[in-house]
Amino acid sequence: MSNHSSQGLRKDEHIVIVGASLAGLRAAEALRRRDFAGQITIVGDEKYAPYDRPPLSKHVLTGHLPIEHTPLAMLEDVRATWILGVAATALDVEQRQLSLSNGERLHFDQLLIATGTRARPWPEERGGKLDGVFLIRDRDDSQQLRERLARKPGRVLIAGGGFIGCEVASVCRELDLEVTLVERGPTPLYGALGSSMGSIVARLQQQHGVDLRTRTTVESFEGDAAGRLCRARLSDGSVVEIDVAIVALGALHNTEWLQGSGLAADERGLVCDTYSRVLDAQGQVVEGIFTAGDVARWPQHLCDGDLIAVEHWGNAVDQAENAAGNMLSAETDYRAYKHIPAFWSSQFGINIKAVGLPNRGDEVMVTQGSVERYRFVAAYGRQGRIIAAVSFDQGRWLEAYNTLIEEGATYPPQLAAADQPENMQSQPAGFPAMARHA
Amino acid sequence: MRISVDLNRCQGYGQCCFADPSVFKLRGEEVLEFDPAPGDEHRLKVIRAAKACPVQAIYIGESYEEQEERSHRHE
Ligand SMILES: Cc1cc2nc3c(=O)[nH]c(=O)nc-3n(C[C@H](O)[C@H](O)[C@H](O)COP(=O)(O)OP(=O)(O)OC[C@H]3O[C@@H](n4cnc5c(N)ncnc54)[C@H](O)[C@@H]3O)c2cc1C
Ligand code: SF4
Repeated sequence: MSNHSSQGLRKDEHIVIVGASLAGLRAAEALRRRDFAGQITIVGDEKYAPYDRPPLSKHVLTGHLPIEHTPLAMLEDVRATWILGVAATALDVEQRQLSLSNGERLHFDQLLIATGTRARPWPEERGGKLDGVFLIRDRDDSQQLRERLARKPGRVLIAGGGFIGCEVASVCRELDLEVTLVERGPTPLYGALGSSMGSIVARLQQQHGVDLRTRTTVESFEGDAAGRLCRARLSDGSVVEIDVAIVALGALHNTEWLQGSGLAADERGLVCDTYSRVLDAQGQVVEGIFTAGDVARWPQHLCDGDLIAVEHWGNAVDQAENAAGNMLSAETDYRAYKHIPAFWSSQFGINIKAVGLPNRGDEVMVTQGSVERYRFVAAYGRQGRIIAAVSFDQGRWLEAYNTLIEEGATYPPQLAAADQPENMQSQPAGFPAMARHA
Repeated sequence: MRISVDLNRCQGYGQCCFADPSVFKLRGEEVLEFDPAPGDEHRLKVIRAAKACPVQAIYIGESYEEQEERSHRHE
């Protein structure tokens, strides 16, 4: 991308990034790649330099990857001042100033907010503080859980059948641990893929010996006199004796520190426009303040500009690039963020990948391969158009589906694939009646 | 040296695993597990792996410590 002519004048400019993780690091790299010559300061409340989260629920827990090997690669010389172990506690938009938890104040010319999400905690009065109850979001969570699982505990219970819950269930079976997965919906991955695809995952889990309890929730965890977890009470009245519980009930957006800043931030995320510029509570663009990654809620072109937050790795990388590019551009050269969401998740040896917005689909249909062998592609349709595709061990096809989604191709798709199933049939995708990302 | 693989782009064909089987491993049909922090003795093999990747999903970079060390040297 061409840098505009004022580039040379930016030597005195100070760009501050809040959030020292994937989006924050990739944004700093993108600024340097575009020859930004000014100062970059990165503020992160974790004590660690940026590290990668996907392994934390996968091969860190199996023991294949030591936790010290999770730091992210730095792909440019970012020449940043790192302020780690310090949180931003308030933002003064008028004064262009951040307050930090160490009592200092930090002035910026431009700001990128990349504070991400955190794991939804389990209430203390229902056993959240017992020894043996874990969350998984950061390095320490994953390392502590790894150590516990390596000691061969008795039954493990996982609350929540989303991606992280399913991945941890897979790890437990790989380690030959008894595992119970408790999911409120009718199938695992109900919220992400719908019950039609979710039922395939349910079968996969049961074949691998997971004790799957759907349409069920955990009421409480209970411990012994020493505060050690020993059982879970479930909504169906049953009691499960367990040594370890993992709470995987989704994420909360880290926006509390922005209360009082006047920005459009709440528990659903921080709202920005199509150029990744944040908006204030009145819906007006705030100049020079951008956002990217899990925390950002942005207008998605695939669904009429509805605001969505995409909590996947690929979005953090792409939006960081978009925000950094626009930070260094004149407004006339701004690029719109036209990202098509994508993710991968590995469980039970199967690579599940998706592109598009599965949970905006009304219908779904297997278009290639074999469901029985867990090697297939399925397309999601919304109002006669392809809105998403998911693959099980057939990732190489997704780029073609990405193109169909981009082009707004019709659903059911007109394919000429050799491995098309004989009786392709569209069925309801099976999502909760209420649009989940509204 | 630190490496990053864009697993959205990776197609799991495993060319990288041929180049350096101790850093890149395929589990099952197409689940790629890799060591983001291999020792420096892997550098040549990892560069070969990155070149072999048909979708250019492998990125080679530096560690935080390497960058910090350099910036302090320049101060
Ligand atoms: C266990 C796990 C497994 C995952 N697996 C996959 C996967 O297989 N595929 C996939 O696509 N995605 C996966 N993801 C999602 C992916 O990791 C995230 O989308 C990505 O980390 C988002 O990056 P981010 O920089 O936007 O936010 P984050 O990584 O959440 O980083 C935000 C950072 O900001 C810090 N912060 C928050 N508030 C403040 C403050 N006030 N001041 C200073 N710092 C602050 C946080 O502590 C954190 O370090 C997984 C996530 C987890 C947790
Ligand atoms: S060579 Fe590239 S596409 Fe193939 S497995 Fe390795 S990273 Fe993935």
